[in-house]
Amino acid sequence: MRTIIKYVVVDLVKSRIVLAYTFFLLAMSFGIFNIDENATKGIMSLMNLVLIIIPLVSIIFSTIYVYNSSEFIELLVAQPLKRKSLWMSIYSGLAVSLSLSFVIGVGLPVIIYDGSATGLTLIVAGLFLTLIFTGIALLASVLTRDKAKGIGVSILVWFLFTLIYDAIVLLLLFQFSDYPLEKPMIGITMLNPVDLSRILILLKLDISALMGYTGAIFKEFFGSVTGIGLSALMLFLWTIMPVWFSLKKFQRKDL
Amino acid sequence: MIIASNVTKTFGKLKALDNVSVNCVKGQTIALIGPNGSGKTTLIKSILGMVVPDSGFITFDQHNILHDWNYRERIGYMPQIGRYPDNMSIAQVFTMMKDIRKKSAAVIDEELIEEFGLNGMMSKKMRTLSGGTRQKVSASLAFLFNPDVLILDEPTAGLDPVASEILKQKILREKQKGKLTLITSHILSELDDVVSEIIYMQEGKMLFHKSLEQLQADTGETKLAKAIAQIMK
Repeated sequence: MRTIIKYVVVDLVKSRIVLAYTFFLLAMSFGIFNIDENATKGIMSLMNLVLIIIPLVSIIFSTIYVYNSSEFIELLVAQPLKRKSLWMSIYSGLAVSLSLSFVIGVGLPVIIYDGSATGLTLIVAGLFLTLIFTGIALLASVLTRDKAKGIGVSILVWFLFTLIYDAIVLLLLFQFSDYPLEKPMIGITMLNPVDLSRILILLKLDISALMGYTGAIFKEFFGSVTGIGLSALMLFLWTIMPVWFSLKKFQRKDL
Repeated sequence: MIIASNVTKTFGKLKALDNVSVNCVKGQTIALIGPNGSGKTTLIKSILGMVVPDSGFITFDQHNILHDWNYRERIGYMPQIGRYPDNMSIAQVFTMMKDIRKKSAAVIDEELIEEFGLNGMMSKKMRTLSGGTRQKVSASLAFLFNPDVLILDEPTAGLDPVASEILKQKILREKQKGKLTLITSHILSELDDVVSEIIYMQEGKMLFHKSLEQLQADTGETKLAKAIAQIMK
């Protein structure tokens, strides 16, 4: 298994896209920190970009990579290898490369300019998002045979989590504004890894007061040990479940 | 050595394999012949475990291949279209395959690499290679680990006459060593002096499995191409 991971990572690191992605993240992070004198404000701006760009690049790039290496997968499936270790190697290879890009591109500047607990939360959240959306990409590409369709599904999933989900939540909030929705909101937030990451970072920034009563509820919940444990569990589940489903699917897939 | 029993596989409405039973014995060189879409590649892929049959089973040396993967150590497979990671060089592809098959790589057979002249272009990236050169790489990989069974899917498609002659000679040499070889090809004239058995498939069904002599006797033709044409009438 280690052998294949090594080759996938070497292949990815050499491909200019991962390098370009790293440099883009680096330029973006340094740019933001240089524009804003205040590092906390910098973290805020960076967070908004990270929460959009990281899922997008992770899911699209991974989907395309899996489709493009379909013949390569075919070749390796004909070798004395377990399908499970082949699939997990591809996932690990993608996850390691994209995480590395993120750590270099965002983690490094954050540590240099900020280095606070908020910055660390941002890095951890970004890493989780990389893993989660790479996993979803694998699931999307194993479920659909057609490349264009698979990429379409990936883009849709990204749209769903970054835009549509929030729109639906806002709609619900306005429709049911007569009811106390603070507690259900916690549950709804938990179901979306992007929102969950955003809340976790925002709460570390100590600006929850700006979010009114909901903010206070959030602060109380996500500040507690149970809250943090539950959020970590949710992120963990989001990381594992898509990969696990994709693996089950891949093991029975005709190539 | 390889026995397929009542293997059936459907892709949606299409029946790619319909109750196919094959028995391949060590030392045979078998040609899988049939029109496009007759299920040749699907059969090969089922043997390799790349396609999971809906019903029926395949055994390799009396072991069911389902949930097994070790048996592939003994198979060299040359796919119809070989595509490799774009950023890897030829040398890296070979090193990777050797890495993966560490256990079975006791004897490395680099004859084809030399004969195809791949040694001179080892540092070339896979994406820059022509279709024919890729085929050469695929062929070299199939023979690299000196496997007991060779499965070649359209081996000469895309190869120039010189290269396909080299490959043919190699197949003949391996045949003499008593290996089982499965070949699919559309160019029947090429198979004449190589194969010993013919499996003819049509629309997912296996129409017959005969030795070459038997086929020649049945049809009264000495050339394989003519004999098959006779049958297709």
